[in-house]
Amino acid sequence: MSLKSSQLQLNQQGQLRHFLGIDGLSRELLTEILDTADSFLEVGERAIKKVPLLRGKTVCNVFFENSTRTRSTFELAAKRLSADVLNLDVQTSSTSKGETLYDTLRNLEAMAADMFVVRHGDSGAAHFIARNVCPDVAIINAGDGNHAHPTQAMLDMLTIRRHRAGFEQLSVAIVGDILHSRVARSNMEALRILGCPDIRIIAPRTLLPVGIEQYGVRVFNDLRVGLRDVDVVIMLRLQKERMQSGLLPSEGEFYRQYGLTSDSLALAKPDALVMHPGPINRGVEIESAVADGPQSVILNQVTYGIAVRMAVMSMAMAGQTTQRQSSQGGQ
Amino acid sequence: MTALPDVGPLLQRMGQELTAWLDRTQRTDPAIVGIHTGGVWIAEQLRDQWLPNAPLGTLDIAFYRDDFAQIGLQQGVRPSELPFSVDDRHLVLVDDVLMTGRTIRAALNELFDYGRPASVTLVTLVDIEARQLPIRADILGASLALPPGQRVKLAGPDPLHLTLINVAQP
Repeated sequence: MSLKSSQLQLNQQGQLRHFLGIDGLSRELLTEILDTADSFLEVGERAIKKVPLLRGKTVCNVFFENSTRTRSTFELAAKRLSADVLNLDVQTSSTSKGETLYDTLRNLEAMAADMFVVRHGDSGAAHFIARNVCPDVAIINAGDGNHAHPTQAMLDMLTIRRHRAGFEQLSVAIVGDILHSRVARSNMEALRILGCPDIRIIAPRTLLPVGIEQYGVRVFNDLRVGLRDVDVVIMLRLQKERMQSGLLPSEGEFYRQYGLTSDSLALAKPDALVMHPGPINRGVEIESAVADGPQSVILNQVTYGIAVRMAVMSMAMAGQTTQRQSSQGGQ
Repeated sequence: MTALPDVGPLLQRMGQELTAWLDRTQRTDPAIVGIHTGGVWIAEQLRDQWLPNAPLGTLDIAFYRDDFAQIGLQQGVRPSELPFSVDDRHLVLVDDVLMTGRTIRAALNELFDYGRPASVTLVTLVDIEARQLPIRADILGASLALPPGQRVKLAGPDPLHLTLINVAQP
């Protein structure tokens, strides 16, 4: 099955109706998501942090994989849009009784859900659902396998845009376990579409995917070379399971070579931003002094994540609505 | 062809009436709130000429529209900015064209999500007499009866002028 997101996630008018991945989307559409998110950021500063946009709609968070932060920011985003929210921790419920993904979702559809926010360990799960299971329900990909995490990428782009004028002059380094990172993949795509001219990937050879060049990036195996004069450093979380599989000698060795410390950060531009999708492993990929330091925008990323998710959810719901109306009008 | 009034003289009279109204109703220390985009232009002019001490806020009512389920989200939403506390404040809400009243309904809902104002005075440049809700301007520049299929739009900001637009009839 092809994982091309472009045709599947847009309606006939070219508006978002699902949000599955970054690839194939235009710079205009990504910019529209960022602009809309900017407006929602302001809502988060009000006394009443709620707008009535999705009143009466039902949003199901369907998480086949654990994630406290992503799920709670999606939940908060939906609630701030006045939607009703259902949280399904699927890994502890029906699937463990043998129900298939297909049946679980058909049941949710029968509860008149308008949107599924899906996280799944398999690459392509969100695409599969959008294509085969519930074509009239808006599907938001909250992370699928090693493939994509598009809302994380957009919140990273919003973080960069709010701290820097634009993308056209920037050098951005993504550091760590690229091979297993859906965040890295979606970020490389988003940065390229938004016109970032210098995307650097810094990782040991064992944690680089085959064919990384297709993303139009420069690859570095030496952190101290790769970080030189960058404007933004995006650190990735190192999953401890990776050590057991023999891809890395040890945590200590990885930290010595690829950990972001005050010393290695000094090689970047003096005001370089430090980002991390969380949860951070202090002393594994990032030094505490850096994570809590003045250049860190890691907690801003969490705040921006709510606004980006509000933007994507309202745009996809709107795209579903206009799609339904134009197909009804055509009958 | 409908003759459209000049904006300058209308603003002049509206400014006089507004200050007199605020005096008479004892609405002291007001804040002005313009609705994007035309309402912001009018609000700026009223503030500059008549209420120089009033803080100015802007509203984009896109998240409060009642036709989201029909037409979806508008493109080009701008953040609302109210750089003052709404609680117990006398507000002057400004829009360019009063048509159905739905925009004002949305704006009032949005304002009340910021707090509980002491009062809201509605100021609009023109009313095209197509009201669908019980909403009227306290201060009005001009009332225009337009033939079916025509609407009026404020162009600007320099100079501000009214133009007729033709809309497709259902």
